[in-house]
Amino acid sequence: MWTGVRFLPERASTMAGQVDALLLFLVVVCVFFAGLIFVLVTIFAIKYRRRSADEKPRPIHGSLGLELIWTIIPLALAMVMFGWGAWVYISLSTPPADAMEIFVVGKQWMWKLQHPDGHREINELHVPVGRTVKLTMTSEDVIHSFFVPAFRIKKDVVPGRYTTAWFQATKAGEYRLFCAQYCGTSHADMVGRIVVMEPSAYEAWLRGGGMIESPAEAGARLFQQFGCIGCHLPDGKGRAPSLVGLFGKKVTLTTKQTVIADEAYIHESIVDPQAKVVAGYAPIMPTFKGLINEDGLAQIIAYIKSLGTDQKAKAE
Amino acid sequence: MSEPHASVAHQFDDAEQQYQASHLGMWTFLITEIMFFGGLLTLFAVYVSAYAEAFAEGSKHLDLVLGTTNTAVLLGSSFTMAMAVRSAQTGRRNGQLLFLSLTLLLGLAFLGIKAVEYTHKFEQHLVPGPNFSFPSPVARNVQLFFSFYFAMTGMHALHMVVGVVLLTILIVQAWRGRYTADYFTPVEVSGLYWHFVDIVWIFLFPLLYLVARHA
Amino acid sequence: MSTAAGEGRTNYLNAASSVKSWLLTVDHKRIAILYLVSITFFFLLGSIFAGMVRVNLLSPYGDLLQAATYNKMFTMHGITMIFFFLIPSIPAVLGNFLVPIMIGARDLAFPRINLLSWYIYVVGGLFTLTAGVLGGVDTGWTFYTPYSSTYSNTNVMLTAVGVFITGFSSILTGLNFIVTIHKMRAPGMTWSRLPLFIWAQYATSLIMVLGTPVLAITVALVALERGLHIGIFDPALGGDPILFQHLFWFYSHPAVYIMILPSMGVISELIACFSRKRIFGYGFVASSSLAIAVLGFLVWGHHMFVSGQSVYAGLIFSLLSFLVAIPSAIKVFNWTATMYKGSISFEAPMLYAFGFIGLFTIGGLTGLFLANLGTDVHLHDTYFVVAHFHYIMVGGAIMGFLGGLHFWWPKMTGRMYPATLARAAALILFVGFNLTFFPQFILGFLGMPRRYHVYPPEFQVLNVLSTAGASILGLGYFLAFIYLLWSLKYGAVAEANPWGAVGLEWEIPSPPPTDNFDKTPVVTHEAYAYDEVQPHAAPEVSRV
Repeated sequence: MWTGVRFLPERASTMAGQVDALLLFLVVVCVFFAGLIFVLVTIFAIKYRRRSADEKPRPIHGSLGLELIWTIIPLALAMVMFGWGAWVYISLSTPPADAMEIFVVGKQWMWKLQHPDGHREINELHVPVGRTVKLTMTSEDVIHSFFVPAFRIKKDVVPGRYTTAWFQATKAGEYRLFCAQYCGTSHADMVGRIVVMEPSAYEAWLRGGGMIESPAEAGARLFQQFGCIGCHLPDGKGRAPSLVGLFGKKVTLTTKQTVIADEAYIHESIVDPQAKVVAGYAPIMPTFKGLINEDGLAQIIAYIKSLGTDQKAKAE
Repeated sequence: MSEPHASVAHQFDDAEQQYQASHLGMWTFLITEIMFFGGLLTLFAVYVSAYAEAFAEGSKHLDLVLGTTNTAVLLGSSFTMAMAVRSAQTGRRNGQLLFLSLTLLLGLAFLGIKAVEYTHKFEQHLVPGPNFSFPSPVARNVQLFFSFYFAMTGMHALHMVVGVVLLTILIVQAWRGRYTADYFTPVEVSGLYWHFVDIVWIFLFPLLYLVARHA
Repeated sequence: MSTAAGEGRTNYLNAASSVKSWLLTVDHKRIAILYLVSITFFFLLGSIFAGMVRVNLLSPYGDLLQAATYNKMFTMHGITMIFFFLIPSIPAVLGNFLVPIMIGARDLAFPRINLLSWYIYVVGGLFTLTAGVLGGVDTGWTFYTPYSSTYSNTNVMLTAVGVFITGFSSILTGLNFIVTIHKMRAPGMTWSRLPLFIWAQYATSLIMVLGTPVLAITVALVALERGLHIGIFDPALGGDPILFQHLFWFYSHPAVYIMILPSMGVISELIACFSRKRIFGYGFVASSSLAIAVLGFLVWGHHMFVSGQSVYAGLIFSLLSFLVAIPSAIKVFNWTATMYKGSISFEAPMLYAFGFIGLFTIGGLTGLFLANLGTDVHLHDTYFVVAHFHYIMVGGAIMGFLGGLHFWWPKMTGRMYPATLARAAALILFVGFNLTFFPQFILGFLGMPRRYHVYPPEFQVLNVLSTAGASILGLGYFLAFIYLLWSLKYGAVAEANPWGAVGLEWEIPSPPPTDNFDKTPVVTHEAYAYDEVQPHAAPEVSRV
């Protein structure tokens, strides 16, 4: 019965081992100090138990030396714990370059995931072993949280902004996906699985999907459908700035501020176009809030990315 | 320091302890008020920087004349309140009644002017909620500005109302000759409260009314 | 300085017996009893909600309750326990009763404001009860937006108003304590002679007074947003949901120190008395209370490491969170050192103190996992967090409250409870508590998220253990409730100082007269001067 006892989920990502090492360190420190206190208190309780009714212990006011010792040693240990944890956290927060990008939309009460090649999944994500995956996530309604215990990753999925997480799966298998931020009635049902496959099996799975429109192709279609092409002429001579080579570029606004044209900027420009107006242009763009959902917005962003990125700006 | 007129509550040893406790109590209470308004102002500050244009737009629709008048009214009332405290400390009943009444009048004037302003806003459809309408693409953020306007000035006005009630009680007590050179603590701590409410307005006025003026 | 039993003599309990004399009292001791009755009621209610949660979790398929109902149960459990039980508990009951007496005063600085604070608490409680009766609320006690401001269709506004109102009760209690401790100490009672219980109440009062107003404005704005559909926190209307979290946790993190600091103060009193020794490192223990109060305001972002806040913010909040752990560790070491070469006896209050040290140590150490950025990513919003805070809140705060209640019960009521039953209850609570919550650490490690009404079947064994523990815990509370009530009528009459303790409260009769002292005491020695003062009392109490 005990051979199968687990205290941690299996490790299925490159970061899992690092997180577990840190966990183990903390467990050791905690067991040590808890044990120390338990042992001391027990010894003192027994050794110094009251033996006669009129015992009068000698008063001991304190000891500066002891106070310093049991302040400085825990402080030093705390700094080690902080430093190690910070280092792991920074790694967890920094996706490596050339990651495969997956767009995730959380909504009550399901997960919608979109692959770069257009594959769409609900509550499931198929990925290959050994490939870095970067999740760019937003919510359509309330705050959710994308939690895969086997990968030791978790990130809140927030409406109105993009959050990111990354992982690289190390072994094939199926791993639970949970929503970890209470989001209403069926919060506990908002579960799914990450299906990690050997690269060849993953390729086969991709091919089996049939005619799938890539996000960029879907975005191009929406770009036409909603008339964006009417103002955003590619040569820049329309009423709106050209979007060719825009992604990643520094943009100057009417307020003289400069911003980088990243996903969040493009998202905002579509749903709240008056927030940041490009210098030299009038604030006449209508809002598409409520007309295009998060999936559509992600697709339009993918389309704009496909129009060329400004590599120089990105490298700065 | 106990005198027949100086009534010392049963929990205090003497009038001096009562005096000190009352003052510390009022200061501590005012610190909680700083945290309360401070939270609101911090939130406002975050959104002013996020939606600068919309907030400036909303600010332009506030009545600067009425706002400035109100500022003068409140500053004047702080002066009359200080004079009232002085009269209490020196046991001058006539002075107390005069200056407390003036302070009360000025406080009521402030509230009256505020009521006029609020009525105007209602007529202009600038009260957040189903009646709000503002012809601009950033109407939503302008509504946010007005939400803060009403929340902040409304909370302030509520505190003014409490102040007005306090003043009324003080006037009645002063009429009865309760405040002498030996016992004037209620007037002093009420003065502290009144000055604090005034200072809150000094923060509110520029943040709400003057935000757009130099843009 | 009478050591005669209080029976037959006029004391604060029998001085007047009409309902009006209780409901319009300004006696801090009577107000403490009013609070004791009300918080016990809310504790019972909160326990029922907890029971529903735990029984539902016996099965992975959530057979007992529907999802919507379950969500209301854990929400109302949290709201009731935090705002209506834990936060008032020690300050409003033991603090109200003891602060004036321990410093040699006749009452608090503002007795009528004290009574007002109880009425405000009751009104706030009524609003929240009404919300419960009308169908409850399901946002979690944390009210995260935009779920609470826009999406939930439960009684959020009513609950928010109830919490808003009750906050003022907290503020007024804190204000009263601060002024009292500053201005009404008896002659000779210098700051460095204050009992550590007073230092703890003082530090707690600082937090109550500075933090609660921010909660007030936060819930007021949520209510405003819900009513008028303005976009303060809802991104669909231009607001920022992360801003809500910052504002909410700015109060709610210090709030946890409101819940634990008073308990730590109680433990200092218990260990000193039942080791018959001064607290080792008195100055350090007192300063650590203040340090916790200050640092506690700087760490709120550790609830938001995965919220989308910046990495830099995470680094700063993590560092500060490790710093705030140090003063608590210092206390535990000093309490342990106090027992060294002491004269230790094992009455019920001391058993609670032992329980506190063990459980608070575990609870505090497990907090390090959550302060640590790398591990918090995995453990955040799992049962690990639930276990951590229950170790502190129940294993720490409630053990301290019960220990204090058992310690000062004879003083407050003039009666003793059965000693053996009391010890048994303390042990039952300790066992039941660990069985309930230790499995939850493992559940968290394994990745079971919190606030789930159904869960994957592999988590069932641990959940069943936890529910079994909860029933034992319930039994322990029930036992204590019964014998404490029983003692009011049938318990042995208590004398002024049944424990042989040192402190001003033990020099007046049990129960005390309304004005506490015949004449104002003059203090000439430090707190816990067991070597200097010979307490008048038998060191053992009569057994039942």
